[in-house]
Amino acid sequence: MAIDAATVKKVASLARIREPEDRLEALAAELSGILQWIEQLAEVNTDGVEPMTSVVDAKLPLREDVVTDGGDVARILANAPKSVGGFFVVPKVVE
Amino acid sequence: MTELTDLTLKAAVDGLRAKAFSSTELTGAFVGAIEKARALNAYVLEAPQTALAMAAASDARIAAGEGGPLEGVPLGIKDLFCTEGVRTTAGSKILGNFKPTYESTVTANLWRDGAVMLGKLNMDEFAMGSSNESSAFGPVTNPWRSRGSNQALTPGGSSGGSAAAVAARLCLGATATDTGGSIRQPAAFTGTVGIKPTYGRCSRWGIVAFASSLDQAGPIARTVEDAALLLTSMCGHDPKDSTSLNVETPDFASFVGRSVKGLRVGVPREYRADGMPAEIDSLWEQGVAWLKDAGCEVVEVSLPHTKYALPAYYIIAPAEASSNLARYDGMRYGLRAEDARSLVDVYEQTRAEGFGAEVKRRILIGTYVLSAGYYDAYYLKAQKVRRRITDDFVQAFERVDALLTPTAPSAAFGLGENATDPVAMYLNDIFTVTVNLAGLPGLSLPAGLDAAGLPLGLQLIGRPLDEGTLFSLAGALERAAGFEARPTAWWSAEPR
Repeated sequence: MAIDAATVKKVASLARIREPEDRLEALAAELSGILQWIEQLAEVNTDGVEPMTSVVDAKLPLREDVVTDGGDVARILANAPKSVGGFFVVPKVVE
Repeated sequence: MTELTDLTLKAAVDGLRAKAFSSTELTGAFVGAIEKARALNAYVLEAPQTALAMAAASDARIAAGEGGPLEGVPLGIKDLFCTEGVRTTAGSKILGNFKPTYESTVTANLWRDGAVMLGKLNMDEFAMGSSNESSAFGPVTNPWRSRGSNQALTPGGSSGGSAAAVAARLCLGATATDTGGSIRQPAAFTGTVGIKPTYGRCSRWGIVAFASSLDQAGPIARTVEDAALLLTSMCGHDPKDSTSLNVETPDFASFVGRSVKGLRVGVPREYRADGMPAEIDSLWEQGVAWLKDAGCEVVEVSLPHTKYALPAYYIIAPAEASSNLARYDGMRYGLRAEDARSLVDVYEQTRAEGFGAEVKRRILIGTYVLSAGYYDAYYLKAQKVRRRITDDFVQAFERVDALLTPTAPSAAFGLGENATDPVAMYLNDIFTVTVNLAGLPGLSLPAGLDAAGLPLGLQLIGRPLDEGTLFSLAGALERAAGFEARPTAWWSAEPR
């Protein structure tokens, strides 16, 4: 399926990536090329086939519900672009 | 005497134990070689001081009669592995100057066994690429050149820095990762050995995530035995990765050199790609002949859904990537756009500035196939096709012990040659990506040179958790091929 510039704009906004207006047409052509190539999957009969989410059959392991770490404020903030007094500083969320 | 940098990893381990040389000497030789090889752009971070300090500690342990199986062995680390206190970028601008405050399990296992870290190796951004050209640090140049040509060739990707560093003798071995072929295709392009083990053998903890159901770590090395030694140290159960398998890690090196007499090896007829160079086809035939000489029975098998593996992969991998890469929001680490005002502006601007073109392309594809109205048609369909591809292998392995295929549909190509058409670039992984979808072990080893003098690889695919058989078969092929060729050191220049 071919996708148009408006769809690219919507998807880019969902993905939180700013794409300049003058790039949308080119991106739409690129992504349409990839999606059209992908569409050959329609040829495969998958009736009654269980979707495969993981190659590992095992159940997710459980462990004791106990605290295993914590108290690592300095390490957690070590790479923060901006932090003050043990907190991440982020742009204003609520006006 | 042989240059220390020319030793195999195994010979280096033996020499260190016999005190023929020290780790400080060996590590120093590699530090010097790395400084002279900056033209290759294989290392994005050189860590000579860390390396020499680790080497001195190894020497002290060896002198005290202690030390692990890799004691004093200098390695390169793909920049996808978090290394405590050492910048880790995943080849992306968005991680900025990120210095992890923790160590990945795989690298921690290597240091536990005595290995020494020389530095961090270049790679495609977030491991998305087959030519190393998507790296924010610029591409790695392949140490190999076509005979009589100065054209810069790709080392493959995404583990191009790892493969180039091993081929150019800038480390004894390297860590790498493989989501669709990123260990095996670069190994094939550089005349080195690479193995992606069974999904779950290596912990993914501390490896920057790309597509979690496909990502798996493994080594690139110069010989089959060296790869086996490294893989043995890298593997092991890790409670911090819920998909880590709770199984024993065998001594993989003990399988190298074992007889392969009586093993049944399958040749999948669907792996004869259109337009594949005749040389690759004849090398494949040669591989079959070598295995027959070693006493294997070779039979043709069918993997009928092979051609659908890449399209399925290009739904599943971008879908998982779009989810995994949502964490790069500019808030907690890495890049944050300076001139943005509102929260959404910061997100959108940071991600626009921080991600390269291929990563953005895959995030957009992934977001699209997961979005309302398209989920069933794309994502669910791809997961069903993935099951059918896996079932193909299950059926084949009822008849055979392993499969033999070419690793890649071409030899190394020129940097820039495949840059305009994303789908043409994706086709590089046509023979490797099936193995990731099915979670199987796959090994690439150098088997010969093409007419231009460039290395070509053969791939062995095994049953889940049967890396041992792959190492035995690879050892037999390695002996038969007698691959001794190496690139001339055209890159060597005094450091500036």
